[in-house]
Amino acid sequence: MANFETVVVETDLLILGGGMAACGAAVEAAYWAKQNGLKVTLVDKAAMDRSGAVAMGLSAINQYVGLKDGANTVKDYVDYVRNDLMGITREDLVANIARHVDSTVHLFEKWGLPIWKDENGAYVHEGRWQLMINGESYKVVVAEAAKNALLQSGVGQIFERIFIVGPLMDGDRCAGAVGFSVREDKFYVFKAKATLVAMGGAVHVFKPRSSGEGMGRAWYPPWNSGSSAYFTLKAGAEMTCQEVRFIPVRFKDAYGPVGAWFLLFKSRATNGMGGDYMVEHKPELENWVPYGKVKPVPANLRNYLMMLDVMDGKGPIFMRTEEAIQKIADTYKDDPKAYKKKMKELESEAWEDFLDMTISQAILWAATNSQPEERSSEIAAAEPYFIGSHSGASGAWVSGPEDLQTGETKKDYFWGYCNMATVNGLFCAGDASGASSHKFSSGSHAEGRIAAKAAAKYVVEHNTMPKVDQATIDALKAEILRPLDTYEQNKAATTDPEINPNYIKPRMFMFRLQKIMDEYAGGVTAQFKTNQALLEKALELLAFLKEDSGKLAASNHHELMRCWENVHRMWQAEAHVRTVLFRTETRWPGYYFRSDMPKMDQEKWTVFANCTYSPKTDTWEMKARPVKRVFEPAAV
Amino acid sequence: MPSYVNPDKCDGCKALDKTACQHICPNDLMVLDKEKMKAYNRDVSMCWECYNCVKICPTQAVEVRGYADFVPLGASATPLRSTDSIMWTVKFRNGNVKRFKFPIRTTPEGSAVPNGGFQSPGTLDSPELFTEPASTGLPAVFTLKH
Repeated sequence: MANFETVVVETDLLILGGGMAACGAAVEAAYWAKQNGLKVTLVDKAAMDRSGAVAMGLSAINQYVGLKDGANTVKDYVDYVRNDLMGITREDLVANIARHVDSTVHLFEKWGLPIWKDENGAYVHEGRWQLMINGESYKVVVAEAAKNALLQSGVGQIFERIFIVGPLMDGDRCAGAVGFSVREDKFYVFKAKATLVAMGGAVHVFKPRSSGEGMGRAWYPPWNSGSSAYFTLKAGAEMTCQEVRFIPVRFKDAYGPVGAWFLLFKSRATNGMGGDYMVEHKPELENWVPYGKVKPVPANLRNYLMMLDVMDGKGPIFMRTEEAIQKIADTYKDDPKAYKKKMKELESEAWEDFLDMTISQAILWAATNSQPEERSSEIAAAEPYFIGSHSGASGAWVSGPEDLQTGETKKDYFWGYCNMATVNGLFCAGDASGASSHKFSSGSHAEGRIAAKAAAKYVVEHNTMPKVDQATIDALKAEILRPLDTYEQNKAATTDPEINPNYIKPRMFMFRLQKIMDEYAGGVTAQFKTNQALLEKALELLAFLKEDSGKLAASNHHELMRCWENVHRMWQAEAHVRTVLFRTETRWPGYYFRSDMPKMDQEKWTVFANCTYSPKTDTWEMKARPVKRVFEPAAV
Repeated sequence: MPSYVNPDKCDGCKALDKTACQHICPNDLMVLDKEKMKAYNRDVSMCWECYNCVKICPTQAVEVRGYADFVPLGASATPLRSTDSIMWTVKFRNGNVKRFKFPIRTTPEGSAVPNGGFQSPGTLDSPELFTEPASTGLPAVFTLKH
């Protein structure tokens, strides 16, 4: 076996991940750890300053409720999320994040994040819930507070460049995690009284539109590889909304953000013939009532109306940037000086939107000599992603807070500790927790805080170190390092290490997964459509892939990480296919379309579709869980 | 190519244990070729063009060439990041140049105080997070229990 030193780290609270949710967890955990004499350990696969989905920066904060100014209520936010997710959402979880998110945004501002202000000192809104920021260093600032909290208080330690593979279990209690260094020959065993999973969502499960270098330009970053889903599945936790993947419509190919254009600049999108799909396909919305009638139209339905044009061969779809800018500038047309100033301002805002968070889009505009004030730019539906923090909903099924339950919801949605999964001592936040969409960067941070406080309480009340025997650890070590051994033992069989009959390299393994998902589970080339027979075929091919995952080969640490990332993606894929198969209806037509079950079935399927993998029996159990209201829905 | 390294400018971070770009890359792509003492991007098709290697390089040796499978050649976006702002030079394929400057933070680097100056009267059993309710700007945190 590969000769890796085993490093054992014992801690009270283990935080897995380094992104927004993990940073929120760290800053909160440090306070309660100090109060209660606990130790906190955070493990990041990259460098915290620039890890996670906000590594590049962001141009907006997408969740700010505005409670202190009376702009909106917690219930308003719940109404918005419920409608956008076609009725399937955990209102207790959404409300819990909504009541804490403003507090988190106010902290961001104190830490140094520049939030745009108007002449009266009020935040500048992009839309009802969105704030404009100068967000190039958003993650740097948030990570700095997290690191200061853990290190200056003396309660914490941080490990970077450690890739977490999976959970360590003591019966039905999570006992920590195992992984390896991507820099040194070291295998890591983290033993903990509580473990908080915040390792992001999943990209590259489906085949991306780009095939060459541009493959890296996924909308959500390629380093989010399904580690949260794998970890919770393998711990035996119940998962929810695994069918609710997200397909963002963004500027075509470079995936630059459209929020500022649609919301701030009030731009229209039109097809190749000049038609506006939101107007021309309006009657289609009747098929999706009551959600087809709500304002704003749910993201997946907006997608769907656009996809109808594309499937009819009416592309390209254009964001009418020139029209939108002209309209804004026209209000200054009688004052040439003010007009010039406004045009300059709009130009700067438009470019900053890209340069803060999707620099590739700025390069693409420059490379095609595109100036938004002069001509339109194409938009398109990206490939599907798993991102429960955004407009998808996939993640673990977690307990809500006790004080946001009704007599009706409490027995289904509350089991003792906020954001604890159905496995004892296992907490989830951000993309790791499901059915609580639209938390974005700020809400993920707030949810990390919520989960960390609950986890600290769990540790105080269960202050014993779980037991894990050495044989279990040895077996995990052998399994995790196996790709290195497979490579060494077989590489001499051929003259080119990339092709060998005895193993598969992680890159080709990923391509095989992506082809299965793309063609059978409703990817881009299948026009996001699938059916029972296709899904059953997908499961058959995934079973072969799973067998072959035992023959993954890695020539170095980096490839070993790639091997495990792709195993993580494969598990996310299987949970997805099984759940799409289980829900015999079409509910989010702009995310996926079941051609054999093309209608929404409110009577049967206004439920959560949950799945649980049993590590003991190696079987999957599907289960429908009731959707219960905490708030009375607003009349449509 | 996404990010690439100019060999005339890269000094391998003077043989320190790891290069700055290697330290920061969120996808573990930048590595040091120890024979040449130059860094390189080992897998350009997994590069997100997040520019973190470009921004952190002490010798400005790292640049980005747009994804060749859909971006025409000849354009560039070049940052110059300081402690409180970033300046971008965007060069168009047709030779046009635009320059933008944006703030990046309002406080000195390293100075973020975890509680932001807000007091934390709550207990482990209360729904208030640390810093609350002060950081919410309201006298109490929303609840359904009264």
